[in-house]
Order: sequence, then C-alpha cells, then structure tokens
Amino acid sequence: MSTINQPTAPSRLAVPELLVGIGLLACAGAVAWQTLAIPVSPLYSKVGPTVFPYLTMVGLMVLALLLILAAFRGGWQPEEEKETPTDWRAMGFVVIGLLANLLLIRPLGFTAASVIMFVLVCYGFGSRHTLRDALTGLVLALAAYFGFARALGVNIGAGFIENQLNTVIDAIAGAFGA
Amino acid sequence: MNTLEQLAHGFSVAFTPVNLLWCLLGTTLGTAIGVLPGLGPALTIALLLPITYQVAPEASFILFAGIYYGAMYGGSTTSILLNTPGESATIVTALEGNKMARSGRGGAALATSAIGSFVAGTLGTLGVAFLAPVVVKFALAFGPAEYFSLMVLAFITVSAVLGSSSVRGLTSLFAGFVIGMIGVDLQTGQPRFTFGTTELLDGVDVIIAAVGLFAVGETLYMASRRYAGKDEIVPLKGSLYMTAAEWGRSWKAWLRGAAIGFPIGAMPAGGAEIPTFLSYAIEKKLSKHKEEFGTVGAIEGVAGPEAANNASAAGVLVPMLTLGLPTSATAAIMLSAFQSYGINPGPLLLTTQANLVWGLIASLFIANVILVILNLPLIGLWVRLLKIPAPQLYAGILVFATVGTYGISQSPIDLVILYLLGAAGFLMRRFDFPTAPVIIGMILGPLAETQFRRAMTISNGDWSVFYKHPLSLTLLTLAFIGLVGPHFWAFIEHRRRRGPEHVPGDA
Repeated sequence: MSTINQPTAPSRLAVPELLVGIGLLACAGAVAWQTLAIPVSPLYSKVGPTVFPYLTMVGLMVLALLLILAAFRGGWQPEEEKETPTDWRAMGFVVIGLLANLLLIRPLGFTAASVIMFVLVCYGFGSRHTLRDALTGLVLALAAYFGFARALGVNIGAGFIENQLNTVIDAIAGAFGA
Repeated sequence: MNTLEQLAHGFSVAFTPVNLLWCLLGTTLGTAIGVLPGLGPALTIALLLPITYQVAPEASFILFAGIYYGAMYGGSTTSILLNTPGESATIVTALEGNKMARSGRGGAALATSAIGSFVAGTLGTLGVAFLAPVVVKFALAFGPAEYFSLMVLAFITVSAVLGSSSVRGLTSLFAGFVIGMIGVDLQTGQPRFTFGTTELLDGVDVIIAAVGLFAVGETLYMASRRYAGKDEIVPLKGSLYMTAAEWGRSWKAWLRGAAIGFPIGAMPAGGAEIPTFLSYAIEKKLSKHKEEFGTVGAIEGVAGPEAANNASAAGVLVPMLTLGLPTSATAAIMLSAFQSYGINPGPLLLTTQANLVWGLIASLFIANVILVILNLPLIGLWVRLLKIPAPQLYAGILVFATVGTYGISQSPIDLVILYLLGAAGFLMRRFDFPTAPVIIGMILGPLAETQFRRAMTISNGDWSVFYKHPLSLTLLTLAFIGLVGPHFWAFIEHRRRRGPEHVPGDA
C-alpha cells in the first residue's frame, strides 16, 4: 500500500508505460506464434525463412522487457505530456468518423462516405458549422476523386454520386466530341 | 564520362518542358505540404506512389525530389511564423526564427532561411553530383556480407543513436521489420505473419503503413491534444529585404551550415536533427550578438540551421542513390518507388540508369531556383495556407488518406489495416516512439534479410563471413559502438558525478 501512495517518489510505477510494455510483449508473443507457424522446407535449412523472424521475435521481447523495466522506474513520459488531459470526446468523434467511412464506403461510394467522415471529424475538432463542413467535404472529396484518383489512374469505389457525375461528364465529352 | 559531362546530360533531360512542369508541380506541392502542419514529404510521396504506374521514372522522381526539397523550404515558414515546426528538421529554426518574427523581423528571417536553403541546397546538390561517383567506386567492392553489415550500421544510427531513447527507437525499427516480413517470403515462397489470411499474402503496402502512421495517427493525436496550448500565427511584418548587416551575418552561417549538414546527411546515418542542432550551437558560440539569442532572435541562428537542414537533405540522397540505403522515411519511400519500377538502387544505378540519376540531380538544381522564387516573392500565398483551420485540415487529410489507401485494391481490409496502424501511430506519438524507423525497417529490413541469406549461402552457412571480412567487421564494430557507446559514456559520467555524493554523512 505504502509504495503505491507515494506520488513524489522518483521510482514509482508508471501504469500507462507498463501497459505499453505489456502490449509490446503480447505483440512479440504473436510474432513467436506466427514464426512457429511458418512451414520450413528441409531444402532451405541453412538460412530458411524463419531466421529473421526469430531474431525479430527475440529483439522485440528484450525491448518489451526493457520498456517494462523503464515503466517500473517511473516511465519516460515528460511532465507536460502527462499533464495535458486527453480529449477523449474529440478522439471519439474522429474514430466514429473513420468507422463510418469504413462501413459506408462500399454501399454509398467514396464521396458520400468521405463527406460523412469529414463532417464527423470536423465536429470532433470543434467545428460547429456542420452544413458548411459538409459542403467543404463534398468539394474536397470530388476534387480528390476526379483530380487525384482519375489523374493517377487509381480506381476508387464509385457510388451513386460518382456514377451520376461520370455520366454527365461522358455526355458533355461526347457532345463536344461530336 | 566525367561528372560535368554527365551533369550536362542530366540538364538536357531535366530541361524538357514536361519535366520542368513536373519539377514546378513538385516544388509547389512540396512547399504547400511543408507549410501545412501535419503533412510531410514522406506522407505526400507515399500518397503519390501510384503515379509510378502512369509516368516514366524520370518524371516521377523529379516530382518526388521537388516535393522533398520543397517541404524543407515550406517547413521553415511554419517554424518562423507559427512556432510549430512543420518538420522535425526545422525545430531549431523555430527557436530563433519565431523570436525574430515576434520582434518584427519575420521578413528577414524568412529571407535568410529561403536564400540560405537555396545556397546550401545548391552546394549540397553539387556535393551529391561529385560524391556519388566516388562512393560508387567503393561500393562496387561490397559483397553481400558488407551490405548486410552496412545496413545493420544504418539501422542502429537511425533508430538508436538519433532520437531521445535507443530502446524506443529500436522498438519502432523492429515493429517495422515485422510489418516488412508480412507476406510471401520471396526466396522460399512460404507465407509469413499472415495469420492464415489471404489478404496479407501480398504484404502490407508501404502506402498503407506511411498513411496510417503519419496521417491517421497524427490526426488522432492532434484530436486528443486539443487541450494543449495553441500557437498563434505571427503576422508577417517587416520587408523581405535583408539589410547589409543581416547579409553579412547570414552568409558565413549559410556556408558553415552547409559544411556541417552535407557530410552528416551523406553518412549512412542520415537525419537532419543532429546537423541543425550542431549548426545552432556553433552559430551561438561564434556570434558577436549573443544577447540576441533567445531574446529578440538572432539571424545566424536561423541562417545556419536552415542551411544545415537543406544540405543534409541533399546528402541523404548519396547513400540512397549509390548504395540503395535510405536513412530517412522519405528516402525509404522513394526507394520503394524505385522498386515499383523494378529498378534496384545500388552502385550500378549511376551507369544503368544514367538518364534517371543525372536528370534527377539536374532537376534538383532547377528545383532550388524555383523554390527560392516561390518562397520569397510569393510568401504571402503560403502564409494564407497557415490560416486553414485545424478541423477542416485534418478532416481533409483523412479524405486523402482514404483515396490513397482504398484506391490500392478497393478492399475494406486495407482500411482496417490502415486504421490499426493509425491507432499504433497514435500510441507511438503519445508515448514518444519515433515513427520514421518503422518505415525504414519495413523497407530496408527485407533487403537486409536478402543480403544476409545471400552471404550465408555463399559462405555455406558459416557465420564467420560477417567478422572475417575486414570491412564488414569494421561496419559491425561501428554499429556496436553506436549502440553501446552512449550508454557506456552515460554510465561513466553517472559514476563520476555520483562519486562525491557518497561521502559518508553526506547522504
């Protein structure tokens, strides 16, 4: 009990850093599991496909243990970083925006999904002009779609909006061509 | 052919109207993303990687190089006027530059950084043109064992020597190794780290990794930090013309900065932080106006580090082009652009791809001229970019992140990987893990593995190749010193300083 309630002691346990170290140890465990799953052909027994994965696994485990050790010695975060509270609400809106984009990009197409993400992220960052943000997002998404995707030959998911505009553009191009 | 002839040939490649347009596009885009906080050259080049399927290698590398140089110019504008360094390499510029802007000499600070960037960038590019053929002569003697040891040295310097903690830097690097190993092993055809899924057989695209770490991770971090203090833009006051005294104080600092920056950038260690800090320390020591440092802002403290920054950015291209050894995230992504063309950067690049390499070097000279024009008379335009409000800026970054990622294969799985890497990027930013070693490890790791297996195959599985070749042994020894040396030194210092405290009765 007494060791936990000593905020001024220089070597108190830093919980967030400890979690980072444990998380990394878990990652090293996943790497170990996947390394053992690599089938090794006896033909390549000298330096097969598992040598580097094993080295990486050992490296990650040592580093994870060093991080955990650092956490027990009070962690490594600077004071100002610890003192700034995390804005979970803003982050939450950004995460919801990302998830909305992920779920809607197939059914609605890139532009519509992007506008929804844009509005949610703007709201999370504190913008309260939702309608203006939606219009900005629409212009930007269309610019990204036509300027970036079409110019680079990247095929991104077309939904209702893109298909309508593509039809219009093709019609105009056809009219000028004729 | 000697270097000057090659360079003349390069200019004939770079001076075609189409390539000049690519250069103009690259430098403009580079300045813009350099000015905007949250966007960097590594992310931008990653997003533009699909262009390699569309245009000739010369065109895309001229574009990428323009972005690379442009971001250095643009980053200093943000540092000076906003005090938020646009790039890690311009942290030092913010120290004195922002003080100058606050005391009404922002114009002179911007001018000395732009002209200093031009001087150092041009000197640095000259350095690339003359040093690259020399390095190639050495590199031709390298076998797989030497290459592997050189890569080990680069891994140690980029992750453990630079940055605030070697443990965290190495953790980032090893995380990069894991990401780089995902997919089918090219030598044996065995799937690795795919968790039994077919989507991961092709590996994780470098675009997804860079966009996840740099765009999604950064956006999440900025959202979580909204309570942190905000920097205001210092309005641009004072003329852009420097007085004779300011010229006099600047030009020596530019030359010194270039002389510090280029060699450090050209070493297989890279990084612009060390040369900029070193230049700042030297200027502070040599200055006749020490009282201006940290108070009203000293012009040498802007001129020197800015020159060092740009010269080291040029220097990084030497190991990249001659050894295929990227030492910054941006260089690593440019290396993957080479791979996408099926070109292997290495000692043979200068002869087999002479058009490309010399056209690229020539275009860097042109880029410097365009950039000094873009960044001085047109500075007002870039200052306006700084006024884009954060909500729309970060939301826009995420829209472009989606285009770049979803466009690869129209698979929502790619977006899932993107967001997972974004979450990892957020945690890394939050807990002060450097992100650049992840990208370097991911791209250079598989190359190191290939060289390792090649060396072991040649030696019939005998590990001694790595320490019996003198060059390889030297490189590994340097890497070991780089890893252990600083800790050993700190331990000695610690012991020495603790000595007197242990006098009995003193505790």
